[in-house]
Parts: sequence; structure tokens; C-alpha cells
Amino acid sequence: MISGNSTETVNNVFLFILVIAIVLLISITFTMIYFVVKYNRKNNPAPENIESNLMLEITWIVVPTILVLAMFYYGWSGFRFMRTAPENAMTVKATGRMWSWQFEYENGRKDAELRVPLGKPVKLLITSADVIHGLYIPAFRIKEDAVPGMQTFLWFLPDRAGEYDLFCSEYCGTQHSSMVSKVIVIPQKDFDSWYTAVAVKKGSAHPQGVKLLEEKGCLDCHTTDGAIGVGPSFKGLFGRRVIVIAGGKEREVFADEAYLKKSILHPGADIVNGFTDIMPPQSDNMSEEEISEIINYLKELK
Amino acid sequence: MQGNNEPKSFYESGGPHKGILSWIFTTDHKRIGLLYLASLFIFFIVGAAFGLLMRLELIAPGKTIVTASTYNSFFTLHGVIMIFLFIIPGIPVSLGNFFLPLQIGARDVAFPRINLLSWWLYMTGGILALMSLFTGDGPPDTGWTFYAPYSIRTGTNVSLAVFAAFILGFSSILTGLNFVTTVHRLRAPGMSWFRMPLFVWSLYATAWVQVLATPILGITLLLIIIERFFGVGFFDPSKGGDPLLYQHLFWIYSHPAVYIMIVPAMGVVTEIIPVFARRTIFGYKAIAFSSIGIAAVGFFVWGHHMFTSGISDTSKAIFSLLTFLVAIPSGIKVFNWVASLYKGSIKVDTPLLFVISFVFLFCIGGLTGLINGTLATNIHIHGTHFIVAHFHYVMFGGTAFAFFAGLHYWFPKIFGRMYSEARAKFAWFFLFIGFNILYFPMFILGWQGMPRRYYDYLPMFHELNLISTIGSWILAAGLILMFINLVRSIKKGERAESNPWKGTTLEWTVPSPPPVENFEEIPVVTQGPYKYE
Repeated sequence: MISGNSTETVNNVFLFILVIAIVLLISITFTMIYFVVKYNRKNNPAPENIESNLMLEITWIVVPTILVLAMFYYGWSGFRFMRTAPENAMTVKATGRMWSWQFEYENGRKDAELRVPLGKPVKLLITSADVIHGLYIPAFRIKEDAVPGMQTFLWFLPDRAGEYDLFCSEYCGTQHSSMVSKVIVIPQKDFDSWYTAVAVKKGSAHPQGVKLLEEKGCLDCHTTDGAIGVGPSFKGLFGRRVIVIAGGKEREVFADEAYLKKSILHPGADIVNGFTDIMPPQSDNMSEEEISEIINYLKELK
Repeated sequence: MQGNNEPKSFYESGGPHKGILSWIFTTDHKRIGLLYLASLFIFFIVGAAFGLLMRLELIAPGKTIVTASTYNSFFTLHGVIMIFLFIIPGIPVSLGNFFLPLQIGARDVAFPRINLLSWWLYMTGGILALMSLFTGDGPPDTGWTFYAPYSIRTGTNVSLAVFAAFILGFSSILTGLNFVTTVHRLRAPGMSWFRMPLFVWSLYATAWVQVLATPILGITLLLIIIERFFGVGFFDPSKGGDPLLYQHLFWIYSHPAVYIMIVPAMGVVTEIIPVFARRTIFGYKAIAFSSIGIAAVGFFVWGHHMFTSGISDTSKAIFSLLTFLVAIPSGIKVFNWVASLYKGSIKVDTPLLFVISFVFLFCIGGLTGLINGTLATNIHIHGTHFIVAHFHYVMFGGTAFAFFAGLHYWFPKIFGRMYSEARAKFAWFFLFIGFNILYFPMFILGWQGMPRRYYDYLPMFHELNLISTIGSWILAAGLILMFINLVRSIKKGERAESNPWKGTTLEWTVPSPPPVENFEEIPVVTQGPYKYE
């Protein structure tokens, strides 16, 4: 009954329960309405007082008990399948953070979308950099929370090529509903060329600033075109005077390299006027090198 | 004692105080019940307004009326108000306060002054919760579950909202304590346990849950406050805490709390069916024991809220099995209710109409609960709109519909007037249709993968969200029609006799509205509650 795919597994269990549930709902509702009509006071002025019927009561305790135990067992065996990742699964680390996902492959390649080869089981090792998130891929019927300080896992078999939605399913703050990504299932050949191309690139030139901003999730809240998001825009930021709130007092600062670096590492120290203190410190997320790469990019973003 | 004169109704003699003071300083369980009833529905209207605003925002993808952070505050406050201020206190503090002493032949609850203190605590908590909207750095935005570490880190006014819930907990514990003692000590002579009305049984089972489970919530919320103010790392892993510990503690209370919400509603339903079928209840003992069974097993199933949280797979299997066991007593009740209509002499007045729709909606809520309790399917629908649909079917379609049924059923006893039957049925129609249009699409949305607490959604989810929002307007119209009918009838309804429905329980033996002391002489009970011979 359990095939090699989480989608079918969940669908089968769902259908099994749904059929029983619909039969029960229709019989209960129909019987109730039938009684109300048949024993209407006009038709039936003299009621009969039936206090109990042992056989009937035993029946409606025993039969539902058997039904729910069957549901439990069917659901549990499906669940065991969903929690037993095949040995040959490709491992990808998934990290949730406010408000984007980062997927890190075995060769160190990082991306905001989950690209996987067709037909090969994938095991996701999940954690969070800040608060609790939930990694949810509806097309494959799987979900598990990303908990800070803890590693959880999921696995699935991407046996259909295409793009599938990936959501955050645990409420995580202002931009929770835009913490959306994609699972991209492509043929092994295409995946290999993408994967190895990245591997060659790694270690040569430093990734450019804009790419880092994308990869580190900065652009979920900050824009590069002057539009105001959750945080202030990067456009024209460098070299400008900024009004910030520090320790409850307003002051003006000059947006130089030191200020930008401090705002990345200790975002809570100076809050730009009109915004709230919600950015997580990036000390674990970025290396010194990456920070200077980003600052170099911001300098050019007039 | 009043002697031979007709005793004055409790509206006419308010004790030592006059005017508003005769209400807010009363120790009469009937006046306290009405104080609660009025406060509950004021908070309900505020909560419903937040709900309508949420649906309006979700009418189309992207920004419609408010920003994401405002929306997040909307669903937090909708949840906090509806759960802590409306549905948990709900039936016990209003209908329960009013009718528990009357149904067991007592003059009041065991501790009338503690009863008043409960109401004051409730109002204090309620006002603090509303204050958290307008003070501090913005209204709380954590959801009613206050999950750590987000609730520790967010800059919004979480501490005050959590403190409000803490205070409300004490109100709930004291009411539970009062009811347990009242049932044990104040039953009229001859009223043995199995001669008690089943509404009393349901209040008794609920009261134990309130007394035993609520302290855990109190401690948990206190820990949140300590962590926020003093940085002690209970739950935030960056301080060495454990976020799963919070979820365990929270649900150890909040799952039994689900039964605090539904069991009294089941009691109301059980009370109404025999009266409108003019026959005895089928399976009295089965219904009484199933209330106790639900309350007891309900303590051990909290882990099903955590199937995707990262707890061990073994514990998930155990919690899933236990969850299925708690489904059985609810099933028993449904079968007994339907069987109690068999060979009755049925008249579908408004209370029974609400009860029949309760059974239907509660079945949908309960049967979809099986999908939630099953491990494989839970993983997919956990944290989606499927869950939102499920618990609104149980809580609104279940508890609130039963509450409305009870309000209509006991309206003549409480106010001494009848409501307009035609208007009540007209309002019911809007409520029933609007409810289903509002919540049923959420089952499909959830199965399609739309997570809950989403301010924005993909275009593929648009149609069903649009339908749901339209349903919310129909439902709102139904609520307005129902409230207008009831409020208007308080003054303008026809005078009600003492027993308009031909009920057989003790509250129908006293005048409508009841006198201050309830019974001129404490009755002696010689038979069970639903005797129609």
C-alpha cells in the first residue's frame, strides 16, 4: 500500500479517512433529520421514553474504536515511511531565518531556492538562525519546523520535474507570509552541470555584493531601488546623514563604512528613525570578507 | 423568607447597593451570570470585528487595507480575545453561573464572594488585554500561542498581553473551584449524582480541568515575562533555553482548555434535546461518563499540537494513539443525541434548530479532527488553513452555536420575556449559511497548502479566499440580526410563563425571572432530570 512517494502516502491515508468521515457525517445527519421529520409533534404527539439499549451502546463504542485504531495504524505506518530517509539520499542543509531560506549543498554551494535532481531522494537537515520557522513543501506533503539550536529533518523523492512552492508554516514575524521559496526539480544532467559549475566557481573570484545580499536574505527586507520595505532602502545610503534612535534618544549619524558594519553586526544599536528593532545580528551569517564585499557594493549603489 | 407574598425577582432587589453598584458588587449568582454575559458579548464583538478585518485583508492577494504588522496584530488579538475572554470563560461563567445553582436546587454557588472576585479578575484581565493594543511599542504580534523565542524577541507589547492572560487564568481557576464545591456540597436533598442534569455534569467535568490545568498556563506565562524582563534563558536557545519546552508547557494547558471550551457546550445540547423532543435522554450515564472521560483523557493528548515541532517520532506515535482515544467519548455523545430524538415528539423551535446545526457542524469539526490526529496526514495540513477551518467548526460551529442555543432556550427564564421566534430563525439562517461559506473553503485552501497566519498569499489561493470573505459578511449579518432580536426582546418581548418549553429540570419550577433566593423552599428531588411520563 505504501509506495515510494510521500505525496501518494499522505493522499492514500487522507482518502481512507475522508471516505469513512463522509459516510459517518451523511448517516448521522440523515438519521437526525429523518427523526426530526418523522417524529414531529404533529405526527407523533405521544413520545416514547427509551432510556437505553445496551447492545446499541456497545456497538457504537466498539465500531468507532476499531475504525479509529485502523486510522491510527494506517497513518502511523505512512508516517514511519516518511521518517525513514533512504541511505542514498542527497543531503542538503536548510536554514530558516527572518524571512528567507538558505539551502547549502555538500560542496558548499548556497542558494535561496532548493534545486534537486529528478528521481533522487533528498534529505533536508533543517535548523533556524533566529526564531522557529516551518519548512513546508505542499506538493510533497511534507513539513517540519526549523528550530534554533536544534537539527530536524525531512526527506522526499522528487519524482516529477517542475517547480513547486515552498512555504514557511510556523509564524515568524512581520514578513512570515513572504518567506516563500521554490523547489526546482530538474534532470540529473542539468543538475550536475549547475552543481559542478558552482563548485568550480567557488574559491576563485569573490561573489559579488548583490549576490551576497540576495543569498543572505538581506533583500527580503531592504530594497536596492529606494522603495521602503520592512527596513530602509540601500539605495543612496552610503555617505548620507541618517537619523537614528539609540537608547531612546534621537541622533544624526554619517553612514560611513563603520556605521554600515555596525548596523550589520549589531542592528539593535542604532535604529533608523521610523523603523522597528527586528533585524537579527548577522555575525553568524556573514564573514568579515563578505561584509566588506557588501559594503563595497553599497558604496556604488547611488 | 418572603412569607405568603409573591417573591420579588432578582432584578428588583439588588442587595444593599443601588443602580450600577447593585450589579458590580453583587454576590447573587444570577446577577454575576448576567454581568459575565454582557462582558463576554462585548469582548466577542471586538474579537469578531478583528476577524472581519482579517477576512477583508485576505479578500485579495497583496496589501488590501493594512500592513503586514497590523494584520499580525489583528490575528493575535482576534485569538487572544476570542479564546481567553470569550470561549474559555464562555458558557460556564454566564449560563453556568446562572443555572448551576438553579438546576441543583441551591440558593447560590458555594462561595458567592469568590464568584464576584472571579468577575473582577476577568474584567481586569480583559481591560489589560485591550490596553496592550494602545500602549507600549505596538500591539502584540505573536499569535495567541505566544511561541518562544519569537515572543521573547519581538519588540511589541507582548508582556502586557501575557500578563492579562495570566490574570484571566486566576479568574478561571476560582470559577472552577467554586463550581466543584457547589456540586459537591449544595445539591438539594434527594439529588444524587445520577439525578443531576447533564449540563451540571458537564460543568463539573469542566471545572476540574480549569482547576488542574490552568495553573500550568499561569507558570508558563510568568516564565515568558521573567525571560523578557530579566533575560533568564528558559525558552530562547541563544540564552541556553529550549523552545520546545515552551510548546509542551503551553499545550499541557491549552489542549485541556479545548475541552473547557467544548464540554459545557455539549452539556447545553444535552439539556435542550429532551425538552424539545418531550422524551427522556438516551443513555444518561454514557453521556455523564463521557464528559468525565473527555476531561480526563484530554490531559494526555497535548503532543498532537507538536507533530511537526521536532519532538521524537516515538512520542508522536503515542500522542496520536491517545488522540484517537479521546475521539470515542465525543462520538458516544453524538450517537446518544441522535438516538434521543428517536420516537420523541419533536418541535423545532430555535433552541433545537441551533442544536441540530451544532451536531452537523460539530461532526464536521470532529471528523476532520481525525485527519489532524493521524500522523501521515497531519504533517501535510499542520499549520495550514485546514486547521483554522477545523477549530472554527468545533469552536464556533460547536461551542458558539450551542451557546446561542442555550441563550434562546433559557432566555425566557433569565429575562422573563420571550424572543421573537420568526426573527430568531431568520437570523439562524444567515448564521448557518454564512458560517459554512466562511469556513468550509479553508479546508480546501489548507489541503492545497496555504499556511495559516498569512498576510499575503499566492494568486492560486484567490478564489477560495474571496468566497470565504463574502461568507464572513453573511455571518456578521446573522450575528447582528440575532443580537438585535435578543436585546430588543429583553424589554419588548411577550411576558414568559415560568415553564414555556415544558422543561423538567428544577430551574423551570421557579418563576421567570427567578426570585433572589431562587427557591422559596429547597425542593426535595425524587427522580431523574428528564422524566416525561
